[in-house]
Amino acid sequence: MNDSETLIRLTNAGIFKNKKWLVRNVDLEIKRGQIVTLIGPNGSGKTTTAKIALGLYKTISGRVERNTTKISYVPQKVSIDWTLPLRVADFMVLTQNLKVDDIDSALNLTGVQHLKDSNLRDLSGGEFQRVLLARAIAKKPELLVLDEPVQGVDFTGEVALYSLIKTISENLNCGILLISHDLHVVMSATDYVVCLNGHVCCCGTPRDVAESNPYKQLFGEKSAKLLSIYEHNHDHIHSSDGNIIKEVE
Amino acid sequence: MLDDFIVRAIIAGIGIALVTGPLGCFVVWRRLSFFGDTLAHSALLGVLISITLDINVSLTIFVVASLVAILLLRLERTTNLAGDSLLGLISHSSLAIGLVILGFLSFIRFDVMGVLFGDILSVNSNDLLVIWIGGALILVVLSYIWKPLFASTVNYELAEAEGMKPERVNAIFTILLAALIAISIKMIGVLLITGLLIIPTAMARNLSDNPRQMVILSIIGGLLSVLIGLYASFEINTSSGPSIVVVALILFILSLMRIRKKNYE
Repeated sequence: MNDSETLIRLTNAGIFKNKKWLVRNVDLEIKRGQIVTLIGPNGSGKTTTAKIALGLYKTISGRVERNTTKISYVPQKVSIDWTLPLRVADFMVLTQNLKVDDIDSALNLTGVQHLKDSNLRDLSGGEFQRVLLARAIAKKPELLVLDEPVQGVDFTGEVALYSLIKTISENLNCGILLISHDLHVVMSATDYVVCLNGHVCCCGTPRDVAESNPYKQLFGEKSAKLLSIYEHNHDHIHSSDGNIIKEVE
Repeated sequence: MLDDFIVRAIIAGIGIALVTGPLGCFVVWRRLSFFGDTLAHSALLGVLISITLDINVSLTIFVVASLVAILLLRLERTTNLAGDSLLGLISHSSLAIGLVILGFLSFIRFDVMGVLFGDILSVNSNDLLVIWIGGALILVVLSYIWKPLFASTVNYELAEAEGMKPERVNAIFTILLAALIAISIKMIGVLLITGLLIIPTAMARNLSDNPRQMVILSIIGGLLSVLIGLYASFEINTSSGPSIVVVALILFILSLMRIRKKNYE
């Protein structure tokens, strides 16, 4: 792949705040049609890295190169102030005017078309995440940054949304930076994994990372095994609930 | 039947209500009512400076209020005090400094009550021009920054990530607020302008389920408050500012009934 395909590149990026490094020495590159997943324990700098990539910090160390302005962002936490009456339909056009058809089809893809006229504050956590995702994809971005996009979504929905994310990256040919805790589910829908723990602990294809020693040390031998098992048998997961991983083991 | 000054008051009031409606919505959504109050309090200082130095009053209020806003942002960054403490500090200090200066100006006949609560009788055709041209400018700029301002009100980081430049539009919004205070002090007064900004908007919140509806109802509420308030002011000879705000309050109380009904359904 040539350089023009690169949507964003972080070189030795980091941020030093309140006398400590939140995250440092991050090298990361996202190309068109590629899904890059950030994993790591709590406080390892996943969200911080995503925000560095998005340019949300004024002073960072290292370099960030962005070759696109068509960016959609699903933040980890969005709370809508009760003083603001906001329907799903209003939220969909928050940063860009869209055709009604585009709004409807995006809501349809994430399965919340029926909530179009609902007030955002009346949605459940899972419904709200689906709306956030719908808004992000309706813009047809070139780069999509998703910070734990399926939190609070039920298990079957989670699998479906990750496969939707994969479809989106293929259809729109956009790059996706995905942050996730759900290691076992996300692996099948990702091209490249960066494992963070204050710095880049290891990176590579999902399988490489799962089998690497630093990863095993960080998450334990067992989760590494679960991962590779899952990767090989991921057809099963759709017809069952979360227990399947144990069954296989 | 209609005296000139009544017609002028009505035209001025309509002009101001058209601007307080949409700006008031953002003040409520962004929880800036105390901030608006602080800018308004600095207007007394502005009025006195303009008298002392003999310069245009609206312009002076606008400059003083903008400086106060910049000072607030500076202090917020450099001190460890919470926003509301800083607002209280600036708000009451500027009011106090204004009143102290007033003490030194004892040789000038000065209507303090008029500045604090509005004096509709003093609105002349020059003021009308300032209100309508200034108001139109405020609305044009507001409509121009509406989308990024609204997006950054809903979620600052999301707006910034998607290229809406929230820092810039927030600064512009503050300037618009200072401009509104500058054109409306004569009519409604230093102490009550925030009331006209937020009470009709609060009423609108009770009655609306989407942002556009809330803005429209907020404008209608402001217009009704101004028109009925002015009418009462002329009929029973009360100050214009308080009369307008009392009407806004009555409208708000009426809107509460609609909420109660909603909860029972």
